[in-house]
Amino acid sequence: MFAFLTRRGAIALALLAAALLAAPFLVDRYILSIILLALLGAYLGQAWNILMGFCGLLSLGHAAYLGVGAYASAVLFVNYGIGPWAGVFVAIAAAIALAAAIGWLGFRFRIEGVYFALLTIAFAEIVRIGFDNWPFVGGAAGFFLPVSSATQHQWWNLRGGEVFFYYVALAMAAAALAAAAALRASKLGYALLAIREDPQAARALGVDVTRARFKALFISAALTSVGGVFTAFWTNNLFPAQVLEMSRSIDIILAPIVGGVGTLFGPIVGSFLLVPLGEALTDGLTALGVNAPGAKALVYGLLLMAIIAGTPSGLWPWLSRKLGLQERAE
Amino acid sequence: MTHKTGLIDRRSVLAGAGAVIASPAVVRAQAKTPKIAMMLPRSGFFAQAGQSCYRGALASTKVLADLGYNVDIIHIDTESSNDVSRTQAEKAINDGANCLIGAFESGNTLAIAQVAEQRKTPLICNIASAPQLTGQGYQYLVRNFMTGPGLVTQGLKLITEVAKTANLEFKTAVFLHANDTFGTAQSQAMDKIFPTLNMPFKIVESIAYDPKAQDLSVEVTKVRGINPDLLLIVTRAGDAIKLTRDMVRQKFEPKAIMSPGSPGLYDEEFFQAVGPYADYYIYNIPWFNVKSQMTQALEASFKTANPKHRFDLDGFNSGFTFEALLVAADAFKRAGSADGATLMKAIKETNIKDHVMIGGPIAFNDKGDNPNILSASVQNIGQKPVVVYPGDVAVTKPVLPFPSWQGRK
Amino acid sequence: MSLSLYAEVLIQGVLTGLVYGLMALGLSVIFGVVRVVNFAHGEFAVLAMYCAFVLFGLAGVDPIAASLPLAAVFFAVGYLMQRAIVQPFVTRPQHEQFILLVGVSLVITNGLLLAFGPESKHVDLSYSFDSYTLGGVLIDKTRVYGATAALVATAAVFAFFRYTMTGTAIRAAADNLTGAAVVGLDVKRLYAISFGLGLACVGAAGAIMMALTDMTPLLAPSLTLLAFTIVIVGGLGSMTGALAGGLLIGATEALASVIVSPAIKSMVSFGLLVLVLALRPQGLFGKAEA
Repeated sequence: MFAFLTRRGAIALALLAAALLAAPFLVDRYILSIILLALLGAYLGQAWNILMGFCGLLSLGHAAYLGVGAYASAVLFVNYGIGPWAGVFVAIAAAIALAAAIGWLGFRFRIEGVYFALLTIAFAEIVRIGFDNWPFVGGAAGFFLPVSSATQHQWWNLRGGEVFFYYVALAMAAAALAAAAALRASKLGYALLAIREDPQAARALGVDVTRARFKALFISAALTSVGGVFTAFWTNNLFPAQVLEMSRSIDIILAPIVGGVGTLFGPIVGSFLLVPLGEALTDGLTALGVNAPGAKALVYGLLLMAIIAGTPSGLWPWLSRKLGLQERAE
Repeated sequence: MTHKTGLIDRRSVLAGAGAVIASPAVVRAQAKTPKIAMMLPRSGFFAQAGQSCYRGALASTKVLADLGYNVDIIHIDTESSNDVSRTQAEKAINDGANCLIGAFESGNTLAIAQVAEQRKTPLICNIASAPQLTGQGYQYLVRNFMTGPGLVTQGLKLITEVAKTANLEFKTAVFLHANDTFGTAQSQAMDKIFPTLNMPFKIVESIAYDPKAQDLSVEVTKVRGINPDLLLIVTRAGDAIKLTRDMVRQKFEPKAIMSPGSPGLYDEEFFQAVGPYADYYIYNIPWFNVKSQMTQALEASFKTANPKHRFDLDGFNSGFTFEALLVAADAFKRAGSADGATLMKAIKETNIKDHVMIGGPIAFNDKGDNPNILSASVQNIGQKPVVVYPGDVAVTKPVLPFPSWQGRK
Repeated sequence: MSLSLYAEVLIQGVLTGLVYGLMALGLSVIFGVVRVVNFAHGEFAVLAMYCAFVLFGLAGVDPIAASLPLAAVFFAVGYLMQRAIVQPFVTRPQHEQFILLVGVSLVITNGLLLAFGPESKHVDLSYSFDSYTLGGVLIDKTRVYGATAALVATAAVFAFFRYTMTGTAIRAAADNLTGAAVVGLDVKRLYAISFGLGLACVGAAGAIMMALTDMTPLLAPSLTLLAFTIVIVGGLGSMTGALAGGLLIGATEALASVIVSPAIKSMVSFGLLVLVLALRPQGLFGKAEA
């Protein structure tokens, strides 16, 4: 699955896996919460990357799948007592239904490139405003999951402490990596890469472009919605202004782009760079005595520009070349 | 308990060693002073309110010291984000915070509450009205603020009472509210509570608007078409400004414009933006008691700490932020320990008679809410918020019916 | 609701739409020529608003009058920005351009937050609260002035592309890049001019908007989305489309507020956007891609 890694790369991956598995015993809760956010970012980035990196479709509205998944599982749990292990399938179904609508419009009418990106924004905004005004899910006032001590340790209902959620996030990030690797090695994966490089040529080679794109979109949406289920049960409260905002979509895609679009490790590298970077900036500016709200985001913006200007195809291709982590470019 | 000594220790240490955080002497001082993380949204969407609360926190230290309480405040910006709120809460507790205060907004507060609950560290909510905050089973959370339904219930009752003092009767009302977290929650509460109160007027229409709209001219046109006696509004500062402009432009003048409990109408930027047109709005919300000595002390300290800002306008945010600190400091003194469980027990037993905001003693019920907070009717008169009802805390009488926009200077 | 109220709402929507159209025109010019989507468009509009605010505070310049000097300044900013920052990204994939401009937007928004604080800013004009009455229909004075200025600015941009050498050259480069390079046009310069023009439109529109409304740094993303909606409906890269899109979105949102609910008016414009994308992906006035 990871045959493209060099011996050194394989060792690095094994060490990383071991370090992440042992992290709850080694680091304090603050660091752990940062790693958890990075893992969640890596997971969502991986999901988005399947659409963009493998298939060349730029989605700027992935928050919609995240939000739909989060709300579906939360509503089922609170209103109908259906646990997330069942709810996750409904969440996936809801996200796929939404993706089907976007895909139907996009692929049927050949909306490509930047138009597809703007279509996804429009859909995501429609979903957000819809949830803002839907009394059944609390509208803009939010939807809340109870935190009762009786269910605190029902792990089968995704109720548990921070360490529990950490391992869930780790498992999800690992599973998404494995899924992406498997997908890329599959027949569908090759078809997608062909479409990414040149849809016309792929069509000429007999690839059913629309069908393959639908599959990539569904996989990506489904994975993202599972991230939404995690978000719902981890945060215990949902607001359209937090889970469905445009800014959430941007957050999702920063990591894979910075890390390297279309690569398997890009989303991970990007997320493990950007999440701690934000925290480091908070700490650094505090240590420098800068007490100016907004300064952090400003510096973050500058660094983002610098990173993307400096490493054209992302950090991972550059990093793996420098450190000799993989045989050939992914 | 030698709080004074603690203060001197800390000051001399800070003077001597600069801001070296990990010096042993400071660690010793921490045992005597509670370390409180003040978590406010000082950037991001709620920045304006977060910074207003922050100014209150800056003014609080001196007042608390004069009362014999020393507190060590760590200021944290939650960036109006749930994720940042959460990780920063973890960090604050790692850095030795014994108690968390925050976070103006319900979503951010809930994110912090998760951490506080798991790490058994008390969280005192200064401002946030979602009823779900205290209804979800959190053991380490108290709120010294009203719930949304509480605000609406008291706010509606005050409308009738304040109208009575001016011999004014309303038959029809339009309810106009921002479609954001707070506005929607208030609207839901309104739907539930209004029919139960047997109000003398009826709500002809309820209109929700996009809080990010560039202007509200269409909304105002719609209201003008209905022409109600009373306009009920739930806003934030930005949309209150747009609303006012468009009402003036369209010369819409109902008998009264009242808010059954919302921010916006007493914010600095609102007065700055609309000047004389800010006058005569009435809002029924918890307010600081100008007749309380502690309020006067806070006001004096506020002037020194924030010479560029008016206490009248920051008083609501400052008052509740101060009171949250007061609750923490008082509980710490009684508990004599920074241990989470002990401190939380002391916080739940809080009973502070003299404080800043209008209402009975600060105390918490089983859910963790303070049931003794009272709303007052506040009216902008002379471009300044003034309490106009009820009589025992009022400074002057309400100006009703709503004077014309024309000829204001 | 009486008929005059509908008329009033519609007129307000159309007048505001003209100003939005000017802002969106900037986005369309940049994309039409440089093929870069300016994801920081709303942020630049807000930056222009703050510039107008400062000019008013320092020298009492009416924001609508300030639209002229600000257009010039923003032209220079856009010209330099294209040369220094955006040019290397012209040949890079869309998502990388996107990240670059997300970075730019973060810098602008938070720079403004640092410099001016989070409170919304406004200007007090002698006619801020005036309105005309026409047969029972109320029309804001600021909106009439603002829309007039926006219309003049839009006409100027149209004239530039139609009647000047440079404008013609830019259109040629937009239509056929290789051809333009072959006949010896300095494409990089034309790109820089186009980006400059795009920002000049935003600069003027932002200044005008300062007369109409209040602004905080945090509302920028919604302006960006508004500009997107307008240009997609009108046709990305089409100048007439931006103008028509502005009018259409302005009027649609205004009517949707009255007929349905103000809270979902932007949903209606996004719906319109989806509809246009499905039925006519190149937009109402866009040319179908070869």
